[in-house]
Parts: sequence; structure tokens; C-alpha cells
Amino acid sequence: MYNEIILDHFRNPRNVGEIKNADGIGEIGNAVCGDMMTFYLSIEDNIIKDAKYKTFGCGAAIAVSSIVSEYIIGKRIEEVMKLDHKKVSELLGGLPPQKEHCSNLGADAVKKAIENYLSKKPANQQK
Amino acid sequence: MNVMRRIFLDCASTTPTDPRVIEYLIPFMSQHFGNASSLHYEGTQARKAVEKAREQVASLINAQADEIYFTSGGTEADNFALKGIARQSSKKHLITTSIEHPAVLQTARALQMQGYEASFLSVDAKGRIDPEELKKTIRSDTFLVSVMLANNEIGTLQPLEEISKITNASGVLLHTDAVQAVGNMPVDVRKLGVDLLSISSHKLYGPKGVGALFIRKGVPIQPLMDGGEHEHGKRSGTYNTPGIAGFGKACELSQLEMKEFMPQIVRLRNMLINELPQRIPEIYLNGDPSDRLPGNVHFSIPYVEGEALLLRLDDAGIAVSTGSACSSHNLKISHVLHALGIDAVRAQGSLRISIGRHNTIEDIQALMSVLPEIVLKLRQMSPLYQPDLKGA
Repeated sequence: MYNEIILDHFRNPRNVGEIKNADGIGEIGNAVCGDMMTFYLSIEDNIIKDAKYKTFGCGAAIAVSSIVSEYIIGKRIEEVMKLDHKKVSELLGGLPPQKEHCSNLGADAVKKAIENYLSKKPANQQK
Repeated sequence: MNVMRRIFLDCASTTPTDPRVIEYLIPFMSQHFGNASSLHYEGTQARKAVEKAREQVASLINAQADEIYFTSGGTEADNFALKGIARQSSKKHLITTSIEHPAVLQTARALQMQGYEASFLSVDAKGRIDPEELKKTIRSDTFLVSVMLANNEIGTLQPLEEISKITNASGVLLHTDAVQAVGNMPVDVRKLGVDLLSISSHKLYGPKGVGALFIRKGVPIQPLMDGGEHEHGKRSGTYNTPGIAGFGKACELSQLEMKEFMPQIVRLRNMLINELPQRIPEIYLNGDPSDRLPGNVHFSIPYVEGEALLLRLDDAGIAVSTGSACSSHNLKISHVLHALGIDAVRAQGSLRISIGRHNTIEDIQALMSVLPEIVLKLRQMSPLYQPDLKGA
């Protein structure tokens, strides 16, 4: 059902964990639905310096978290805000149709973490 | 790729075909290829195999050979029983349970769409129906009660003998989906008191694509398949001779060897039921601790998701199953666990281990040695698992 890229990220998920005093935290999904993802970001000069996550979910959800974490580190937040489920699915070489919704989770959790970062920042520093 | 030793602990999904069954059925794909309905030598050779199989199947469940109707498997047998009795009867009401296999549940729903009425009995926390509830649910226009003998997910056995006393007293026919039980534990249609019983070959080390419906002599039923009047007009279609022959052989082997393999399977099952909770904190057994299928073990493992568990075990060379599948945004937990009243979070991490007669104590030890580490690692990456916050 899963391709080799997905299986590799599921078997060896990158960047698992939490960041203490993270600049932005984004949580998406809930346990009732079967998927829950929390992203932790360190951001400096609007660049994502580090990303970690915790994920409860199926193989696809774990692989999505892993590849998204890898993809966003070093990128500017404006660029990461453009991340969507299509891009996540593409990075993983395509998700099975019934697992497509998992790709939304990754993009949405990261965007929520960035929004959380922006909301904490005083307005004059956002330029 | 390395050739890894595989450990198959998913026997509720299917069983490895017994090599003796394979050896026995091959000639019916080669030299004895005849159509079992033909009168010539080729045909009569095939026919003999079909009739021998009918006796082997009947003997395993203490039925008579002419009460066995071959089908394409368990699903067809269930469809045949429910739809065939519905169409035969002028009555409109069917009773089944909320934890049936989809082959019964969806058939009942399909009948509802056609204007029949269906009642779905609830179950207690261990998955058993309440015979008193059944008594109250039977109506004057009830044509059939269908209660599975053993649940495919949690392994719970239903009190069929008690149930048949109720249906017999009310003059209502009783069907049981015995697909998980037949060949794996003693099943006697007379003792159970059932009128119809579904069997599947591949759950008892036989080939796939074949099964049977036991129909007690004198019970009228309409066919699902119209055609060339096979099986006395009750199930048309050219006989699947190799499948049927192999099914018969598998039944014979189960009957001969059950005394040996069943206690061994129960021992391995109990080992997992007793020892896994000692090795993994916070796991919960579902179903009844002892009144369950010989080979069924079913645990809920909170904070992890079933598919992730299954795939990690698969990587370790072990095949198991999970009742939960995340396939959409919607809640997609098993209808069985839902009926038991298990909350969604706990139900997400469900693991079914089903032991067969090929399994050894080494297989069970291998599972017990890798599972705690897999659970720990998945819990450590789960945002739901915060052991250090407990009691805070």
C-alpha cells in the first residue's frame, strides 16, 4: 500500500521530539479521529531553524510529519505558509487515496505553529 | 532483500493452507478435471470428490451430508442464509447482533433497504448478547435470528445453546455465522440447536473461495444463484471441484487432529493474555478472558494507533491485525469495539493476535520480545502519552 519513501520515513522518522521554549507550537487533529500531530518550531529572523513533532497516527501520518519536518528546516516562514497537502503528498511520492487526508495534517500543523509564533510576536517586530 | 523468517499470527484473517490439503486437491485441477455434473468417467471422478467432501464437512459439525450446500465462501453462506430465508418467508422481521461480521451486518442492512425490518441486539462489555433481550425482541413476524458463534475480532463466544432454546420455543429459525469457530474448536449443529450455519474453508487450513451453508433438513430456503440446478436447485454454478475437495480434506484433518492442536493453541493464547500485561504497562484485554476462541488474543493499547503497530511488527517479521483503520477524517473504529463501549482513543490502538496450529512457543516468545519496545517507541512519539504528567 505504501511506497518506499513513505515506508522509510515511517521506519526512521526524522526530528521526532519536542523543543523546549519553542517559538511556535501547532497542534492539529484529535485522538478520536485517529490522528494527532503537534509541531514545535524554533524561528530566527523568520527562518525555521529547527522543527520537531509528536505524532499519534497511522503509518502515513508518521511519514507525513517526518518529511514535513525535514522540508521546512532552513526555509523562510512565508514559503512554509504556502505548503499544502499536494506538496506534502508529492514529497512522499504520492499517498494512497484513503490516506490523502494525512497530508493535510502535516501542512496544517506547521502553519498553525507559524501562526502561533506570529501571534506571540509584538507587531513592530513582524516586518 | 534478506529472507526473514515470517511469523504468521493472523489466523482469523486466513490460515496457511495445509500441505496435505494442497497435495490432495491438485489432481482435481489436472487429471480429474471433469465437470462434476457430467455422467462420463471424468465427471463421475469429480463428483465422487465433491460427495466425499460433503461427508467430511458434515462429519466435522455432526450434520448429515445432504444438509451441506457448497458456496463460494463464508460471505456467500451468510448472504444465502439471510436472503434465502427472507425470500422464502412471508414474515418481515430479522434479528441479529451489533457485532456481526459485515457479511451478516451488511446483508441485514440490504434487506432493510428492500423493506424488511431488522433489530440489532446489543452486547455487554465482554461482547455477549443478553438472551433476555432476544426474548423481548422476537415478534410474531420474526422470520430469522442470526447470532455469530464466535466473534472475528474479540473472539467472544455466544451462548448459542441458550439462544436456540429461545428460538425453538418461539418457532423462529436460527442461523449462526460459525466461520471463525468451525475447524478450530468443537462445533456440533445438533448440540447448538441451529437451523443454518455458515462455514469458510480458508479459516480451517483449506483453500480460499469455498465454504458451505448447513441447512437443517426440512428448512425451506430460496436460492441466491439461479442457473443449472446444482445442489438440488439451491445453489447453481459448476462445482469448484478442487476447492471443494480441499475443503473436505481440511475438515477431515481438523476433526482428526483437533484434540492435539486445540490445547496447544489455548496454551499459547493464555501465555499472551497473562504475560503481555506484565511486559507492557497500560494494556487492556478485550472480550472474555476464557470464554473465547482458542486462538484469539485482542488487546487495546492506548496512545498508539493500530496501523502503526501492525506495520512495525510486520517489519519485525510478524503478521498481526488491527481493528482500527484510519481511512478518512471520520471516526473509523471497529463497530465491535464501539458496541462494547470502548472509547475511541483506546479503540484506536487495537491489536488482534490470532494463533493457529502451525504456531510454536518460539513464535509467541518472539512477539513478546519485540512488542514492548515497539509500543514504547510509538508511545514516546505520541502527543497523547505523557507519563511524567501523570498524577500531576
